[in-house]
Amino acid sequence: MAAEHGAEHAAPSATDYINHHMTHLTVGEGFWSWHVDTLIMSAALALLVMFVLGRAARQATSGVPSRFVCFIEIVFEFIDNLVGEIYHGNRKFLVALALSLFTWIVAMNTMDLLPLDLPANIAGAMGYEHAFWRVLPTADLNGTLAMALVVLVLVIGASIRAKGLGGYGHEWVSAPFGSHPVLWIPNIFLNAVELLAKPVSLAMRLFGNMFAGELLFMLIALLGLAAAQASGIAFGAFFIGQVALATGWAIFHILIVLLQAYIFTVLPIVYISMAEQHH
Amino acid sequence: MDINATFIGQIIAFLILLWFIFKFIVPPFSVAIDARQKKIAEGLSAADRGQKSLDEAKARAEDVIREARDRANQIVDAASKRSNELVEAAKQSALTEGDRLVAAAKQQIELETAKAREALRREVADLAVKSAAKVLGREIDPAKHADILGKLATEI
Repeated sequence: MAAEHGAEHAAPSATDYINHHMTHLTVGEGFWSWHVDTLIMSAALALLVMFVLGRAARQATSGVPSRFVCFIEIVFEFIDNLVGEIYHGNRKFLVALALSLFTWIVAMNTMDLLPLDLPANIAGAMGYEHAFWRVLPTADLNGTLAMALVVLVLVIGASIRAKGLGGYGHEWVSAPFGSHPVLWIPNIFLNAVELLAKPVSLAMRLFGNMFAGELLFMLIALLGLAAAQASGIAFGAFFIGQVALATGWAIFHILIVLLQAYIFTVLPIVYISMAEQHH
Repeated sequence: MDINATFIGQIIAFLILLWFIFKFIVPPFSVAIDARQKKIAEGLSAADRGQKSLDEAKARAEDVIREARDRANQIVDAASKRSNELVEAAKQSALTEGDRLVAAAKQQIELETAKAREALRREVADLAVKSAAKVLGREIDPAKHADILGKLATEI
């Protein structure tokens, strides 16, 4: 992959290679710029999730399900049980939230397992040399923070729904230290930190993990770059090194793909059920 | 790594996905899985009922067999008792018949004996009369000496 890239074009430096892979395909200026790759990849994967789940939902039956429906049902029941263990009440919406998060994040994270230079090669084949295209929407802070912000809004909404606007407001000024007016400022400060820590930690955790995973794939791919410039034993060593490391990291990365999706699924459910209970 | 308008696009994409899954994915699966759970529960309880009725039927069959066996034993017992009785009765009747025959035979013998004795007596009396007549040289009128003859006959 990287070797081909290096061979076709007069030896890019390692810095160039990494920078190229770290750059989004962007249109627009300043805040009003759009990461076209992130938007298209995530939207396409959302459509894929909708299509696959929709197909299974149409075939859903109380009788004997087909293998495909059975597989989707296993995922559905996994999420359903997960939510049921944490949240006691009508969990239809939370199941939908958890299922959306889990399936979408798994789909997006899985993009990290695609060959690193595949998009650039496809773009090259279509006539766009050196096109920028990052396949991993969860390695874009916009992608993870967007989901986390929706979760934040849902947490606040759940609190207000459970305690009323007055109750929720009272909680802001009186918890956790007490309702004495002197303590209002510290209370509000602490609640703000507590509330904002949730989406920030959610978004940063997923982003950090996927970004680091992607970066490691790039560093491993540098071995291929080195192999392209070496010959003889050095070439063999670099080549085998890249294949072995990339394979090992990819296999390990499957775990991270699922684990990070799981964490991003469970924590919002925990936050929402806590928001309806505590103080 | 910078936050920009992509963020807004991602929120919209996520909301659409969330809405779609809430509206079109969760309900059919919930319904189907709940219905299947109910079916399985019904199937299991039906199996339990079947097992129970099988057990009951087994117990009933055992009762019937035990009853039949008891009854057969009773019948065999009664039959052997009855046969014993019959044998006993037959034995008894044979014995009494034997006794009766023996008694009849004895009676017959006595009768014959008596007859023989009578005949003998008569003959002896005749003989006596004849020999007496010979001794005396004259006829003895049996009618005249009937009393003596009768006395003689009884003495013999």
